[in-house]
Amino acid sequence: MHKTIAEHPSLADKFNKDEERVNWHDQTLWWVRAKRDKAAHTLPEWEDLRNLASQIKHNVLSNLSEYLVQFEENALKNNIQVHWAADAQEHNAIVKSILQKHGVAQIVKSKSMLTEECHLNDYLQKEGIEVIDTDLGERIVQLAQEPPSHIVLPCIHKKKEEIGELFHLHLGTPAGNADPQFLTAAARLHLREKFLTRKIAITGVNFAVAETGEFVVCTNEGNADMGAHLADVHIACMGIEKLIPERHHLGVFLRLLARSATGQPITTYSSHFKKPRQGQEMHLVLVDNGRSRQLGREDFRNSLKCIRCGACMNTCPVYRRSGGHSYHNAIAGPIGSILAPNLDMKDYADLPFASTLCGSCSNVCPVKIDIHNQLYKWRQVLVQQGYAPAAKKAAMQGMAFTFSHPAFYRMAGKTGKWFMKTTPFVVNNSFNPWYKQRDMPEPPKESFHDWYKKNRKQNE
Amino acid sequence: MTVGLFIPCYVDQFYPKVAIATLELLEKLGVDVVYPFNQTCCGQPMANSGFEHLTQSCNNLFIQNFINLDYIVSPSGSCVLHIKEHLHAEKPHEEPAATHIRNKIYELTEFLTDILKIENLTARFPHRVGMHQSCHGQRGLKLSQMTELVAEPFSKPEKLLRMVEGLELIDLSRQDECCGFGGTFCVAEEAVSAKMGKDRVKDHLDHGAEFITGADMSCLMHLEGILKRQKSNVQVKHIAEILNSHA
Ligand code: SF4
Repeated sequence: MHKTIAEHPSLADKFNKDEERVNWHDQTLWWVRAKRDKAAHTLPEWEDLRNLASQIKHNVLSNLSEYLVQFEENALKNNIQVHWAADAQEHNAIVKSILQKHGVAQIVKSKSMLTEECHLNDYLQKEGIEVIDTDLGERIVQLAQEPPSHIVLPCIHKKKEEIGELFHLHLGTPAGNADPQFLTAAARLHLREKFLTRKIAITGVNFAVAETGEFVVCTNEGNADMGAHLADVHIACMGIEKLIPERHHLGVFLRLLARSATGQPITTYSSHFKKPRQGQEMHLVLVDNGRSRQLGREDFRNSLKCIRCGACMNTCPVYRRSGGHSYHNAIAGPIGSILAPNLDMKDYADLPFASTLCGSCSNVCPVKIDIHNQLYKWRQVLVQQGYAPAAKKAAMQGMAFTFSHPAFYRMAGKTGKWFMKTTPFVVNNSFNPWYKQRDMPEPPKESFHDWYKKNRKQNE
Repeated sequence: MTVGLFIPCYVDQFYPKVAIATLELLEKLGVDVVYPFNQTCCGQPMANSGFEHLTQSCNNLFIQNFINLDYIVSPSGSCVLHIKEHLHAEKPHEEPAATHIRNKIYELTEFLTDILKIENLTARFPHRVGMHQSCHGQRGLKLSQMTELVAEPFSKPEKLLRMVEGLELIDLSRQDECCGFGGTFCVAEEAVSAKMGKDRVKDHLDHGAEFITGADMSCLMHLEGILKRQKSNVQVKHIAEILNSHA
């Protein structure tokens, strides 16, 4: 896929061609945001919890190497086989080598944004290995051959009729049946067969505890458990930032995660995996893939506190009206827009601009990541690194000149004519994009400056 | 107490009425107001577009214009926030001047509530009014509580609006949703920006607003553009105009 700086605006434009769908998408996610608000308001200590979670993560990030070593030691003691991957390629190769060792060409996988980030499904498919996603939403987008559009609600962009159609095509449900309960039952039946016949299961990791060498996987469907418990081999994949120091810290994060994500008090299943059961093999792949680079960028370090609850997406007024795919990155929305440029500045130079900097994301974030400030800072970095379009650069230089020369500014601005052509709506010196769906303000007879000169001379 | 009036470039050019209302209102309240003639723009459009490095001469000019004043007041929350967060001097020894400005700049409604501590006004505006909370004023300057937080509600602009005789403040379904203006966002992301603006307008119309007001003219300009395109009778009025309306 070729990416240019104009990607988000043009993809969002495409999404907006169907206004009904935008309304529905917006309202559905707003409903989740409202549920989150309600759940948060049931806890008077909510803001303290956020502070605490943020501080615990701060400690983790400041001492990451030590916690990783401690975690590995304990995990090894628990008989977990630990692997380290510097990047996505290494991660994928490690997973493949485990599958090959067991001669397995079909696996089940529960939800893991890390494997999305590493494009594991594509990679394994090219190697002739079949991956079945067992999270219902993930399975739906997989059948549609699309990436997830949201980290918690992967198929939130799809209406139930579209899902009925997909199931009709792939699972043989009757045409035209879009009853969610019926479709869910059909999917369960279809997945049950996969769980029972696949020998290897991959899961993600929500939290890994350095103190005990265990990890926790949270799902609402129990699909991670089904996969891991039935398989001979359990492979868990995690980004190195998922660590927490001690087991009792889980209490803080589990209370925050589900409430922030869906407004539930707790995720339906929070499963602790500490050691393989008798006869089972348990692997854990620890992946860096740019995380230590981000850790080194002081302004953006806090982005690694993210626990992937998705609250910033649900609240983001831009995300709600542009859809997850417009971010052309595994992690969409506000948090994706500050993580992605770390992976590739050129490919994702558009994302930090896909925001009004309204700041709602920072307010809902359970670990208090200063998301909107980081968006602002990425803009500065990207421009400095030369990823701004030439026309924009020229316009900005013109503006900087005008605004630092008051006499020129007043001449240029005479009754707003120059203004109407350029600032503050500068892009390519054209106000057409403004005018498409909005009228321009009517330029008054005189500016305030001129009025003041006439009427308040005595003050000079 | 001498207050410097900071009138952002687009207000100067397009909405002199708002600037006049701000000036008259402050004068009515007994404030000694001066308007430094050489002011232009706060530099925010450049900074938010990633060109903060081009704003130094704007900053220098701003400091020159406003350094000798006790307070700086402006009818635009987002410009005030930009100055508060990003204004710095060119040379280290001039930084105290920049710090003075960052500490002494106020958005109009917070100046009225926090510094002048206004408890009543003689304004009259017998209409149904919707209040649009602009994000930079609300979440940046904390002019009112944010719905995302578990914290006591308050609102400086609403407190003032409640002092206006005859004014009926309407409720909104989404109390503090962004309108989608966002500076250059409004053209760079035209589709999303316009959709956000339309949705914001609809919330006000659904609740029977005759006027939409707010503490940031840039958001109101965006909403006005949409209202006019929809040939709506509903008008936007900056909060300064309402607070200054005659009894
Ligand atoms: S950035 Fe914060 S709000 Fe967004 S997904 Fe991560 S933890 Fe949740």
